[in-house]
Amino acid sequence: MFENLNEKLERSFQLLKGQGRITEINIAETLKEVRRALLDADVNFKIAKSFTEKVKEKALGQDVLSAVKPGEMMVKIVHDELAELMGGQSVDINLSGNPTVILIAGLQGSGKTTFSGKLSNLIKNKRGKHPLLVAGDVYRPAAIDQLKVLGEQINVPVYTEEGNKEPVKIAQAAIKQAKANGNDVVIIDTAGRLAVDEEMMKEISAVKKAVSPHEILFVVDSMTGQDAVNTAKEFNDRLDFDGVVLTKLDGDTRGGAALSIRSVVNKPIKYVGTGEKMEALDVFHPSRMADRILGMGDIVSLVEKA
Amino acid sequence: SKTKESVFKKLGRAIIGKSKVDDEVLDNLEEVLITSDVGVDTTLKVIERIEARVSKDKYFGVDELNNLLKEEIAALLEENNSGEEADFDLPASDTPYVIMVVGVNGVGKTTTIGKLAHNFKKAGKKVVLGAADTFRAAAIDQLEIWAERVDVPLVKQSMGSDPASVAYDTLASAKAQGADVAIIDTAGRLHNKVNLMNELTKIKNVMRKIVPDAPHEVLLILDGSTGQNAFEQAKQFTKATEVSALALTKLDGTAKGGVVIGISDQFKIPVKYIGIGEKMEDLQLFRRKEFVESLFS
Ligand SMILES: Nc1nc2c(ncn2[C@@H]2O[C@H](COP(=O)(O)OP(=O)(O)OP(=O)(O)O)[C@@H](O)[C@H]2O)c(=O)[nH]1
Ligand SMILES: Nc1nc2c(ncn2[C@@H]2O[C@H](COP(=O)(O)OP(=O)(O)OP(=O)(O)O)[C@@H](O)[C@H]2O)c(=O)[nH]1
Ligand SMILES: [Mg+2]
Ligand SMILES: [Mg+2]
Repeated sequence: MFENLNEKLERSFQLLKGQGRITEINIAETLKEVRRALLDADVNFKIAKSFTEKVKEKALGQDVLSAVKPGEMMVKIVHDELAELMGGQSVDINLSGNPTVILIAGLQGSGKTTFSGKLSNLIKNKRGKHPLLVAGDVYRPAAIDQLKVLGEQINVPVYTEEGNKEPVKIAQAAIKQAKANGNDVVIIDTAGRLAVDEEMMKEISAVKKAVSPHEILFVVDSMTGQDAVNTAKEFNDRLDFDGVVLTKLDGDTRGGAALSIRSVVNKPIKYVGTGEKMEALDVFHPSRMADRILGMGDIVSLVEKA
Repeated sequence: SKTKESVFKKLGRAIIGKSKVDDEVLDNLEEVLITSDVGVDTTLKVIERIEARVSKDKYFGVDELNNLLKEEIAALLEENNSGEEADFDLPASDTPYVIMVVGVNGVGKTTTIGKLAHNFKKAGKKVVLGAADTFRAAAIDQLEIWAERVDVPLVKQSMGSDPASVAYDTLASAKAQGADVAIIDTAGRLHNKVNLMNELTKIKNVMRKIVPDAPHEVLLILDGSTGQNAFEQAKQFTKATEVSALALTKLDGTAKGGVVIGISDQFKIPVKYIGIGEKMEDLQLFRRKEFVESLFS
């Protein structure tokens, strides 16, 4: 389905070649292919539409420079617009608190617990911090054990209260302990929840209110489809989160959810998960993500070389 | 609901009294289907079917259009018997019926196994579970809690042991106990990881030493909020394990799970179960009509 996108674009670009100037008419076919590529990559329906409109506006009336072919210029416009939409620059997390409190939130199975482990591993090794992990998921079977196992693997302490069903109290007690023990970062793992689950959304709002996190990260599976916008919007309305984490990018998903989420909530994507191991975490690169969504890394690098 | 009416009102206004489906109808229909994760290819297929019917039958009212649409989408699922499962029943046999559960990370494999065990037990079956995810942190503990909850026996080894060996032990134990069904949990794996996919083939082969025609069912779990990548999942898991049924989880959220329509159509794999929550009661048999209805609500 994705493989022949480049071919298709090449073909529709052929039509543009030698026409000197991009017009409403000669660009229509190309835009259709771009829109389809976005939909195949799970970019939200409405966002794909408005994005294609924007690309059209940018492209219309552009003079074709003698050095650049019209088709290639289109690719560059699409790619740069995508990268721009996704934030242009990587954005770091705020570690200025004492201790810094980081709250992790997201849907079931998105990768929150794994990311909590990875993040604490990263800031311990690369930023010289002394993190404390907090087991705030009191529902999922063996959620606490899971975090404990990860903490052991990476040598980071884990605060748990077996039997306590109140995440707010657990989080508060953990911060108290962090202060006493000199842990300068507190990372709170939470249970997976659906945005439509009123009770659970109230619970995480209460945790936020009780601990005033310096950083709230929304963790989302990069394979998510059209629903990504609804979920991101709901979580953002409730939590006003600071950044997004995209997980499971070691798969072959195009990851159009990244663009959808970024457009809807206008919050930076900060990290990407690239595996199950504790080391498999990268900072987010908007330009690489743009390549991935369109599957056009090759064309873009060609244009850049030219 | 409100959206349902407005979608059909919009569609209706654009189609009533016309003998041809015009662009406005198609645009609206496209929006409904694409935003349900049905995907471009399957959406085009549905639209073609509608166009063919409309040009033949002419003059449609809103209700007729409504029904026509649902019929055409349901037909894509019907052609391979999705939604025909009457009950949590199993074919009678003197060996345990072996279900191997596979899928990418975090889709709901372990939870679905807990729910299945509950339902089979309720239907009077003797169930044994096998903890063949020996990789993910606390995966064994998680399944153990489910086994306790549902009150069925669990076969396990320690973390890091060979999953094929756990599957082997599970079938041996199930057979010795005269169990009706053995359900094997496996570690989540992304379908583009060749070694991990080969491991599934190995688990399957080792189980055949105990029960020659095992697994009787390979159940691929798909997360209902997954987009077009689910196609690639279905393709690669089918290659490695001959997937025989699908379960679609997390449909209690706002995602529609429309991607299964195309998957079911293209790979001829029936959708058997849907997950609608985290409790053991939250598993249902897939009902084609209700599912199609939910796309428009
Ligand atoms: N391949 C891959 N797997 C990942 C990644 N991140 C998480 N996982 C896996 O995804 C599955 C779910 O991860 P968890 O961390 O348990 O997800 P969660 O959001 O905490 O889940 P709940 O607590 O049940 O809501 C596990 O099998 C993880 O190993 C990633 O970046 N790549
Ligand atoms: N809301 C909802 N949550 C579900 C459903 N099915 C599973 N979950 C949740 O999704 C998360 C992941 O479920 P698991 O059963 O651990 O998924 P898995 O596929 O075994 O995960 P790995 O073994 O890590 O690959 C857990 O928090 C479950 O409670 C469902 O139908 N609805
Ligand atoms: Mg978790
Ligand atoms: Mg599991």
